[in-house]
Amino acid sequence: MQQSPLQDMDAPIAEFRAVTKRFGAVVAAEGLDLAIRRGEFLSFLGPSGCGKTTALRMLAGFEEPSEGEVLLDGQRVDGLPAHRRPVNMVFQHYALFPHMGVADNIAYGLRQRRPRPSGAEIARAVDRALETVRLEGYGGRRIWELSGGQQQRVALARAIVNEPKLLLLDEPMAALDRKLRRDMQIELQGLQRSLGITFVLVTHDQEEALSMSDRIVIMRGGRIVQVGSPRDLYDAPRDRYVADFVGKSNFFPGRIEGADGAEARLAVAGGQVIAGRPRRAFSEGQAAVASIRPEQVALLRPGQGVGLPVRVLTGIFLGEHTEYLVRHEDLGEFLAHVPRQAEAAQGRFAPGDEAIAAWPEGAALILGDD
Amino acid sequence: MRLFALAVYLFLYVPIAVIAVFAFNGGRSATQLQGFSVQWFGRALSNPFVVDAFRTSLTVALASATLATVFGTMAALVLPQARPRLRAAFDALIYVAVMVPGIVIGIATLIALVTVFGWVNPVLAAVWPGEAPPQLGLGYGSLIAAHGLFALALVVLLVRARVAGMDRSLVEASADLGATPWGTFRQVTLPQIFPGILAGFLLAFTFSFDDFIIAFFVAGPQTTLPIYVFSSIRRGVTPEINAIGAMVLAASLTLLVVAQLLLRRGTSRARG
Repeated sequence: MQQSPLQDMDAPIAEFRAVTKRFGAVVAAEGLDLAIRRGEFLSFLGPSGCGKTTALRMLAGFEEPSEGEVLLDGQRVDGLPAHRRPVNMVFQHYALFPHMGVADNIAYGLRQRRPRPSGAEIARAVDRALETVRLEGYGGRRIWELSGGQQQRVALARAIVNEPKLLLLDEPMAALDRKLRRDMQIELQGLQRSLGITFVLVTHDQEEALSMSDRIVIMRGGRIVQVGSPRDLYDAPRDRYVADFVGKSNFFPGRIEGADGAEARLAVAGGQVIAGRPRRAFSEGQAAVASIRPEQVALLRPGQGVGLPVRVLTGIFLGEHTEYLVRHEDLGEFLAHVPRQAEAAQGRFAPGDEAIAAWPEGAALILGDD
Repeated sequence: MRLFALAVYLFLYVPIAVIAVFAFNGGRSATQLQGFSVQWFGRALSNPFVVDAFRTSLTVALASATLATVFGTMAALVLPQARPRLRAAFDALIYVAVMVPGIVIGIATLIALVTVFGWVNPVLAAVWPGEAPPQLGLGYGSLIAAHGLFALALVVLLVRARVAGMDRSLVEASADLGATPWGTFRQVTLPQIFPGILAGFLLAFTFSFDDFIIAFFVAGPQTTLPIYVFSSIRRGVTPEINAIGAMVLAASLTLLVVAQLLLRRGTSRARG
């Protein structure tokens, strides 16, 4: 898998060009256009059935697109069977070969190469891979003797030992418990940086995608909704769906009262008007939604500031902040995240307390409601 | 209820046990014990007719079990990928093959073969360039074919259970790691379903080795061990028959136990 010297390092490592995949009458993926950058950590994020796994399987060669092209390092690979593509996958349930030991599982890919590497070369590569996933000395174990986390490391070692152009990860943490998942996320990210291999992850877990990825592809109903860095998606979601899927947000539906390029005014329930940055062109009277992240909503004691009078319903302590559910007479219920320092300064709110909810100018985004 | 179950088991197994016990009879009677002896085993094994029948049975069992295992495994691997309608049809046919009474299979095979021979033999005689055209007839070929076809159904059922229990993503993982389809079959699929294949082979072998009914119809001039036993009973039962029966029983039981052990070990491993 050597890099041709003529290969432009800025050229994408993989591309979807107008890719559509149908299974009978069901459209699993539609009109995918995407360039995957060399060396990046890219995640496909969406609920089940959104087409993210289909996209991954088209990269691996387990599915062929019904229309369009799939490119790998500038070469078309659609129509090329899986065993001839220089990509490797970490399967959701690891798919380790139960009749082989750990070392044989990891050596499997190298043994398929022609010409076949020598036994000593394979043994060295296997040891190196075990070391990379911090399982030194486990080569002689049987698969069923390993814990879930260890099995996942073996699956990872089995893939990276082949130095693939793309490492595909299909919900790799789904079977791990929460604490282990967090450790594994950090480890995966470190591994990706040190190996320099392009990672493509499929997940429905937004936290996972946000914490590990350089870029996230948000999918919905077989289509790509938005592609961007976790920060982009969080701060500038394209629509309500993205804002809802990436992080938490409060949504206030209403009708556009007036809009120019920089600001839109949304008339919401009870004659209230929320002004915010529009994420697309709106015309007057159109249905839209205002999105305000809970951490931008400040809660003040009555008389300490200007804002919406609300009543506190519940408060959930979440460590670095407390999540309060509050209720406004017209706007209904919404969330406010109050950081520890603010709480230390003004005291905690109890259910039933009167409070003032306020957010800074420009905190609200006006999004299309679809 | 417990008493009833006991009675049923006694009814089932006492006669079999009696056969085995009388194989060690010292005297000539098959109904009266007259001391202990293994002489009848020696007699049976030195009887040229018994040895010949044994050899025929062994040949037929090995050949039919091998054929059934190879083709049954192929069918079991391909059937899950067939179109649902086609698959349902094949499944039904396989179950029918297992359920149809042996006597029906025997008669049907006999009639079919004789009819085919009646067509083919004159044609062969007409086109044969030499002096003595080969005559197709009943014998080894028809025995192996009839047993093989029945055993094929058994193998398909056993191997399909293994194929169904196999994690489909293992095959994908193998391909993903660069193994050709043949390489995947050799290194992943075959080791995974091997217990099923072996169990299928052993069952097919035991079935053919023990079968009397189908063999009786299609054996032609050949004598298998069960046919020999049946024909010698008509001349009166001696403990020699019991000895043959006991040996066949022991061999069959051993094979069945081995098959069961292999199946169990295979499943616990796959789960582990």
